[in-house]
Amino acid sequence: MTEHQRNWLGTPPRKSATFDDATLAEIRRAAATGIYDIRGGGSKRRMPNFDDLLLLGASMSRYPLEGYREKCGTEVVIGSRFAKKPIKLSIPITISGMSFGSLSANAKEALGRGASLAGTSTTTGDGGMTPEERGQSKYLVYQYLPSRYGMNPDDLRRADAIEIVIGQGAKPGGGGMLLGQKISDRVAQMRQLPKGIDQRSACRHPDWTGADDLEVKINELREITDWEKPIYLKIGASRPYFDVQLAVKSGADAIVLDGMQGGTAATQEVFIEHVGIPLLSAIRPAVQALQDLGMHRKVQLIVSGGIRNGGDVAKALALGADAVGIGTAALVALGDNDPRWEAEYNKLGTTAGCYDDWHEGKDPAGITTQTPELMERLDPVAAGRRLANYLKVLTLEAQTLARACGKNHLHNLEPEDLVALTMEAAAMARVPLAGTNWIPGSPGF
Amino acid sequence: MPNVDLAETSVRELNAALHKLGKDTNETLWSIANPAGEHSIAVGVDAPITVNIGGNVGYFCGGMNKYANIVIDGSAGQGVGENMMSGRIHVKGDASQSAGATGRGGLLLVEGNASARCGISMKGIDIVVKGDIGHLSAFMGQNGRLVVFGEAGEALGDSIYEAHIYVRGPVASLGADCIEKEMRDEHKAELGELLKAAGEIHKVDVSEFRRYGSARKLYNFNIDNAGAY
Repeated sequence: MTEHQRNWLGTPPRKSATFDDATLAEIRRAAATGIYDIRGGGSKRRMPNFDDLLLLGASMSRYPLEGYREKCGTEVVIGSRFAKKPIKLSIPITISGMSFGSLSANAKEALGRGASLAGTSTTTGDGGMTPEERGQSKYLVYQYLPSRYGMNPDDLRRADAIEIVIGQGAKPGGGGMLLGQKISDRVAQMRQLPKGIDQRSACRHPDWTGADDLEVKINELREITDWEKPIYLKIGASRPYFDVQLAVKSGADAIVLDGMQGGTAATQEVFIEHVGIPLLSAIRPAVQALQDLGMHRKVQLIVSGGIRNGGDVAKALALGADAVGIGTAALVALGDNDPRWEAEYNKLGTTAGCYDDWHEGKDPAGITTQTPELMERLDPVAAGRRLANYLKVLTLEAQTLARACGKNHLHNLEPEDLVALTMEAAAMARVPLAGTNWIPGSPGF
Repeated sequence: MPNVDLAETSVRELNAALHKLGKDTNETLWSIANPAGEHSIAVGVDAPITVNIGGNVGYFCGGMNKYANIVIDGSAGQGVGENMMSGRIHVKGDASQSAGATGRGGLLLVEGNASARCGISMKGIDIVVKGDIGHLSAFMGQNGRLVVFGEAGEALGDSIYEAHIYVRGPVASLGADCIEKEMRDEHKAELGELLKAAGEIHKVDVSEFRRYGSARKLYNFNIDNAGAY
């Protein structure tokens, strides 16, 4: 279109849907720096999620429970398959693994405090177990990662459960890197590496490969801990049906399935946005795998990656999960990306709600940092209380929805309670499109 | 002296008995018969005892060991002495892959050969192998010392941090950021101490070894180094 035509028609210049503003900005950034973008958090793109599902609620054929009177159970037992001491949680919402190193010690302590107040578990990460977190966590899950930073038998025995990390939703198949600016003396000491250097986290375990080896590894960890601790396997959602079957075969007590909306301390943007599958699409294949093996509800399924509210919790459980995990939402509850720090976010070239350079260690909220003056901003007691409040709300919301569906326990929610708003969500969650009996991809259609 | 026959006693029973031992136990000498390649024998021991194992063992023997002296009168499967914290593990035969993986302390002595990934992610352990080692040994080695009397396979010390490597024989190739370094007097002394601990001090000349370690060029991410990964 010529300049004359544009002026005559009053037509604005047309932007490309393919080369939109964000895409153009990224091309310019890449051209200027020569390095891919690294950030924290999970996928930011719009994708099918729990908002695309609706609960049906009771009607003529279903009886609801009285919202403020009739019981709706929330407790869950994890690890009853083999462990002598399974974990008995009051609510089916756990705190996902996040490392000391990526998070401050105060943040880890706050997670422990909040989880304990709510009667649930928190989880270490790729940096070992801190006394603050152990001391404040009624139930602490100790991650067993490829890097084995800080791994030792004493902490294994101090843990309430062990989580062998195969992968995570933000980057299935990827390792990690904690950049040098976050490697304080304490972080370096715990990881047995020099201060200030980048600390790589391997993508594969150093002493086993494949499911057959993993079975032997799980048995070793059981032997070291005298078969007391539940052993979880954490997998990033990519091929959930096969991965869950292999996890069961390997002898796991519980499986943590992390969808691609799950956050990370730091990895490449291209990895976060282009690898793995959304949690919505991963739960039903995972549950199917458990059902095909006769292990549903025997090997517990904990799902994570984008859980935000009690609706998400109820829908995930209705699809067959035994519990959910939260990470990003828990950090927000602590104070991450809070508008009170807007002026400082602006100085970092961002705004509250968008800050994701967690790897740089400059977090104004004092959560994803090791800088003492920033860390001090987070009061672990107050932040723990906020997290406990948030967990309480999630639970009450999920109970409200379950009672409306006539369920006296959150685990009695079922796929039959759900419909989908979109064909994509219907196919992924294997529930009918709202107002129809059509489940795309199911036999008979 | 407790004698345990694994033809009659399960590994679980053995480990449970070992875990009950305190630091001041009088049961300091254990003899294990018929290991028959069982996995996870004597894992998580936390007492200053000696465990003599009369035969070949499977995966992870002596895993996470603290204080114990474990002698394997045979060969060891994958991950022998993995993540050991202290003590001593002596393999009289060969060791399979990932021997001493992520070990944080103590001494692992292998009379024969060790396979691939020996000392992978080592974090303070000392490993002495009197034969050869396989590829990718000391991969991402953080701390500790790896001594090899024979040859080393490909990609030795790939992405190594601060671990020290001494090899007497040829090295097939060095991994990313691993270089040969000058063998100064302090390194000869360090190697001598290791050989002494391994009972080899008067049998081997330290000057026959060459030293390898990190060039420290990949310690902080730099896009210009992308081709090295």
